[in-house]
Amino acid sequence: MAKHHIETTVNGDAVEFLCETEDTLLDVLRDTLNMTGSKEGCASGDCGACSVTLDGRLVCSCLVLGCEVAGRRIETIEGMARGETLHPLQKKFLEHAALQCGICTPGFLVASRALLERNPNPSDTEIRYWLAGNLCRCTGYDKIVSAVKDAAVAMRKG
Amino acid sequence: MRYEAPETVEGATALLAGSAGEARVLAGGTDLLVQMRADIVDPALIVDIKGIAETRAVTEDKGGWRIGAAVTGAELKEHARLKQAWPGVVEAANLIGSTQVQGRATLGGNLCNGSPAADSVPALIAAGAVAILAGPQGRRELPVEDVMLGPRKLALGKGEFVVSFRLPPRPPRSSDAYLRFIPRTEMDIAVVGAGVSLTVDASGTIMDARVSLGAVAPRVLLVREAAQAIVGSRLERGAQDRLEAAARAACAPIDDKRGTIEFRIQVAGVLARRAALIALDRARTN
Repeated sequence: MAKHHIETTVNGDAVEFLCETEDTLLDVLRDTLNMTGSKEGCASGDCGACSVTLDGRLVCSCLVLGCEVAGRRIETIEGMARGETLHPLQKKFLEHAALQCGICTPGFLVASRALLERNPNPSDTEIRYWLAGNLCRCTGYDKIVSAVKDAAVAMRKG
Repeated sequence: MRYEAPETVEGATALLAGSAGEARVLAGGTDLLVQMRADIVDPALIVDIKGIAETRAVTEDKGGWRIGAAVTGAELKEHARLKQAWPGVVEAANLIGSTQVQGRATLGGNLCNGSPAADSVPALIAAGAVAILAGPQGRRELPVEDVMLGPRKLALGKGEFVVSFRLPPRPPRSSDAYLRFIPRTEMDIAVVGAGVSLTVDASGTIMDARVSLGAVAPRVLLVREAAQAIVGSRLERGAQDRLEAAARAACAPIDDKRGTIEFRIQVAGVLARRAALIALDRARTN
């Protein structure tokens, strides 16, 4: 059957694409829209490397069908920096060396931003529970938690 | 593979009933998309029910509550009044998966995925929740404990789907709780789950109770004997012992990599007791 024609918004830009029913939002982002910042780790909702927000809600884009996003508002890692200016979370991840291979990093950044939008001053425990669905196989999580806490401080100062 | 997102209940039932090949309902997709990806299911038709307003609403209904089948865990968590009335139902739903999964996962999906280890199902059964089903012949209501027949087997006819859940009106001094055992703190599937809902009188004596156990039998169990063991008590040590014994007696679990038969039976008693104590504490202050 014919492909679905979907009109949606990605990082504030109106976007349209064609997809098959079984194509996930992650497939569409990476393979159709060439936005390869969101990563495919597990493709089963366990690792969080494909995290995006859908109408402000944090989700795994591998667990969303492309044809579900008509008329929705999608935010990906590509929308996080403003031109050459990194988001405070991105700066702090670099300062704290909170990454090695970097595959999990876009997901951690998108998920952490969603946390700080809801809770500008999270405890270590709140950060660890919120990020429990983001897996990192390189660094361990301490540096990531430190970076998120430090970014929260910076963002509260404005 | 066809995708449809009808905006009416009748539209959804007509699509589901009229499909020649396998049809699957899509709510949050956190199980369905994984099963499609793993080639466990290959439906000819996907019916996304999120466009139907009733599946997405949480409303107070004749003193009770109506929760749409496609309301997400994250939305339940943010609903302060529902959480006040049914903390056990909301905490059970919130135990499913990660923050990302909570952004999508639903009560309807958790039930209709047909897993005996589904976290929200014992809490719904303990709550006395009723599933509102719609099908080609119209609507009917089924207590949640009667929806699941066994692993991946549901008592739904062709073309039928769960539209919403009805939670009964809550008398004063009532509350509920859900606990599960997993070998880590987050992101795992229940080895055993226990839901308890109860009402106490002004003196703190339990007047009414429901106890439900998950992951200890082919379907989630409503354990009437466990409830009878604590009604009329204040959950003194003797009543706790009777509750534990009744919970364990109802178990018929399997051995698997997540837990042995012996372990599951033991833990079922412990969790039923602890959940009852939490529910009692909440009911006394509610």
